[in-house]
Amino acid sequence: MIQKSEIRSQKSEAVIAALLVALAVALVFAAPVFAQNGEPTDDEVNAVAKQLYCPVCENTPLDVCPTQACAQWRATIKEKLIAGWSEQQIKDYFVQQYGERVLAQPSTRGLNVLVWVLPPIGFLIGAAALAYYLQQLRNPAPSVVAAPASAPPTDDDDDYEKRLEEELAKRR
Amino acid sequence: MVVVESQTPIQNQKPKVLLGWAAAWIVLIALLGLVAVKLYQVTLGPVSSGSAPDFTLTTFDGETIALGSQRGKVVVVNFWASWCNPCKDEAADLEAFWRQYKDRGVVMVGVDYVDTETEARAYLAQFDITYPNGPDLGTRISQAYRIKGVPETYIIDKNGNLVTNIIGPTTLADLAAIVEPLLK
Repeated sequence: MIQKSEIRSQKSEAVIAALLVALAVALVFAAPVFAQNGEPTDDEVNAVAKQLYCPVCENTPLDVCPTQACAQWRATIKEKLIAGWSEQQIKDYFVQQYGERVLAQPSTRGLNVLVWVLPPIGFLIGAAALAYYLQQLRNPAPSVVAAPASAPPTDDDDDYEKRLEEELAKRR
Repeated sequence: MVVVESQTPIQNQKPKVLLGWAAAWIVLIALLGLVAVKLYQVTLGPVSSGSAPDFTLTTFDGETIALGSQRGKVVVVNFWASWCNPCKDEAADLEAFWRQYKDRGVVMVGVDYVDTETEARAYLAQFDITYPNGPDLGTRISQAYRIKGVPETYIIDKNGNLVTNIIGPTTLADLAAIVEPLLK
């Protein structure tokens, strides 16, 4: 026979287990809820930061740049995200402040368009040149062809020979 | 045996192929030229003589300063940033210089390089800097002067010509020694 104290103990264990499960679920969803409350996470800041380069630290993306200047830039990104700015608005702000060279991916405006257009054009030209070269190797085009010896002489040949003879006779 | 030239379709295409190659070479040479010019510009040091590159700066207080309209005055242009520790070494001297020379026909302009406004304003407050300062929007001014870092200071005479540049932190005494003869 089960005593009342045992039933009470089982109930309290079940309540504790339920609370633990609830806590685990709450922890899983805690980060997004926190972010939605206004404070962006480091991941959200870095998602924007990795698309930018600080001119002071060349070739180092902003999200991994260790300098104070970059830390300040990341803080600015965070401020803008808190203020509700979109990713594009933040990037535009940085371009306005520091120039286009801060963008990891150059824009398609002005001379920057060359960065996007030239590599594929270069690749296509290279591929075409290679294809042409390989074709030439397989089928060498004869620039001068010897007429077959067995071919019957034509009128053109006769005329040609006649003129040749005349020219030679003049020079003798 | 008679030898004749054969007019094959490939031979007819030759001028077109040659034209294509010529165009490809022209593009390639133009690109190499562009790269060479850029590399040459990178190797050039900061501007140190001749006419000072003109610029217009909007200060943190909203005032607009055009270098071109400062003729007849000696202009000291200082590039700095709040994240730059050597800049902090010269900040007090720059302000002292400004206070000493502002009524003697000297204009001083601080150009804030690749900085964030909040920290820049805090820096100006920390060192009690009162001469005009503003952000180098788009890094246009620093590119025109081809600065290699901060701090750098450029001294421009009354005719708008660069007298000298100081790479690294400067002092009140150094600035005074350069500016004094220019005021005579």
